Amino acid sequence: MTITARGPKRGVTGRVLPGKRPGRTLAEIATVLVAATIAFPLYWMVLTAFKPAGQIQSTDPRPWTLSPTLENFRQVFTVDNFGRYFLNSVVVAGVVVLISLVLSFLAAVALTRFRFRGRTVLLVMILVAQMVPVEALTIPLFFLMRSVGSVAPWFGLNHLGSLILVHLAFSLPFAIWMLRGFVAAVPTELEEAATLDGAGRFRFTWQVLFPLVAPGLVAMSVLSFIHAWNDFLFAKTFIISATENQTLPLAILVFFKPTGNDWGAIMAGSTLMTIPVLVFFVFVQRHLVSGIAGAVKA
Amino acid sequence: MTTELTTEPDAKNPPGAPTTRGARRPRRGSGNGQARAAALYLAPAGILLIAVMAYPLYQLVQLSLYEYGQAQASGGAPLEFLGLGNYTTLLGDGRFWMVLLNTCGFAAVCVLGSLAVGIVLAVLASRVRWLPRTLLFLAALGAWATPAVAGSTVWLFLFDQDFGLVNEVLSGLGWQSMSGFSWTYDRFTAFALVAGEVVWCSFPFVMVTMYAGIKAVPNEIVEAASLDGASAWRTTRSVLLPMLRPLLVIATIQSIIWDFKIFTQIYVMTDGGGIAGQNLVLNVYAYQEAFAGSNYGMGSAIGVVMTVLLLVITVIYLRLQRGTGEST
Repeated sequence: MTITARGPKRGVTGRVLPGKRPGRTLAEIATVLVAATIAFPLYWMVLTAFKPAGQIQSTDPRPWTLSPTLENFRQVFTVDNFGRYFLNSVVVAGVVVLISLVLSFLAAVALTRFRFRGRTVLLVMILVAQMVPVEALTIPLFFLMRSVGSVAPWFGLNHLGSLILVHLAFSLPFAIWMLRGFVAAVPTELEEAATLDGAGRFRFTWQVLFPLVAPGLVAMSVLSFIHAWNDFLFAKTFIISATENQTLPLAILVFFKPTGNDWGAIMAGSTLMTIPVLVFFVFVQRHLVSGIAGAVKA
Repeated sequence: MTTELTTEPDAKNPPGAPTTRGARRPRRGSGNGQARAAALYLAPAGILLIAVMAYPLYQLVQLSLYEYGQAQASGGAPLEFLGLGNYTTLLGDGRFWMVLLNTCGFAAVCVLGSLAVGIVLAVLASRVRWLPRTLLFLAALGAWATPAVAGSTVWLFLFDQDFGLVNEVLSGLGWQSMSGFSWTYDRFTAFALVAGEVVWCSFPFVMVTMYAGIKAVPNEIVEAASLDGASAWRTTRSVLLPMLRPLLVIATIQSIIWDFKIFTQIYVMTDGGGIAGQNLVLNVYAYQEAFAGSNYGMGSAIGVVMTVLLLVITVIYLRLQRGTGEST
């Protein structure tokens, strides 16, 4: 489906009464109003981020500002090491995306292209794994990461590796399930042709199959990225004392103070945190929707 | 476009028929070789899932059966096996029942809210022209993309006691008592505020799914209904919704799973569970018991209860759906 396609496509009941629809104008006005309401919190967030402090700490807030300033952003970046947190979030989300791309693709290929005993059982297990409320696993994972840390410090508590490990694992079941549909859709004739041309299984998998399922990989990457980027619970649990390894969501909370919240900095931080996801979303929304639809269909 | 081309053929190969597909495909190499290659391909993901998901799940149940506090966590005291002790303590605790009630009520409001808003807006989007529809989708994508922490802080600021826009507008409209009103002080207004944020960021999934579903309904069916004299509302209710049922079931289950285990919004917006824990939900409660109260055994027991409840609710919902699906 495409939401941006202009054309003669009419609404569901649109075609029924051509020419005679006074209700549609009303519906369109309502739609625009609803859209404005939904977008308003985001507008308010960005606006506040650019407002000078005097206009934020005001009992008479105005929905515009005539003196935009970057002061809040400067505050965020200089005072509390925000750049480092931003980088940490990028590293965690980026590594999770790259590794889960490869791992889920391999697993999806195995589950769709190869015949072996226990395949159905594995498929069912991957479905079940999607049902597990991973948040409930915080406590055992905390202890697991603590003991991992004594063997391999990089993957232990207070290190980004622990966050990468958990988000990687949590994004895999859905990613595999989603990619399965895309891999299965590639005709098997292609594999036969590649074999006749002398390509081995490995070459076929990486040089033919991998590019062909790119739309699925994109959708899957976005979902894993967002999952890791937005995480608050695990970052809060695992990164206890090493503040230099904190990620963005926790960094924003630093500006909540008992003496009065620094709303300008909070909104600037929230804006910075939202932008990458927003950009990602707008670029891939078509792939995302068809990817989800594909997963739903499968 | 390419995605549509690639996902389409998959519909012909439902997961129910993997064997026929396998049989149709000419064998390449021996079955043994395939099994070995499959094992190789599956191993990295499998090892990770076992280590970081299956094993901790087992550990969660294990921990919930022990007295496991700060002393045990630091290795200073021996483990004490309680059996179901943590669970009986939990069930006898009035606070647990309050938290359980909070969780179920809050999740129910959020699920119904997201579904209602999502469905209404999907129907609306299908009836308007390109420009208003695109605006609506862009706004919804924005809300969807907003990280939970960012969404929570913005809503908190909009409803801030002193500097919030909402209070100013309400008191400007003549509702004087709203000036300086604290939304997070009262248990119910605090929950309402969080629920508002949750619905705001989770209805877009429902809307996009349902819109895709509506677009997939053949126009002839809708035309036939209106030729028979059905009103727009009647068409939606009696023709569209039944056809969208499978998608609706998926959206509902997804929403239940999300809203039942909500953590970030409650934690950020009510500052860790509200005044005297009045806004605690199971997930936050488990976290607080374990990491603030150093009662890891009890926290795990709450985690187990949450997992089992979620499973039971989902299964009951699926059963009910199947039941009504057959009768109609």
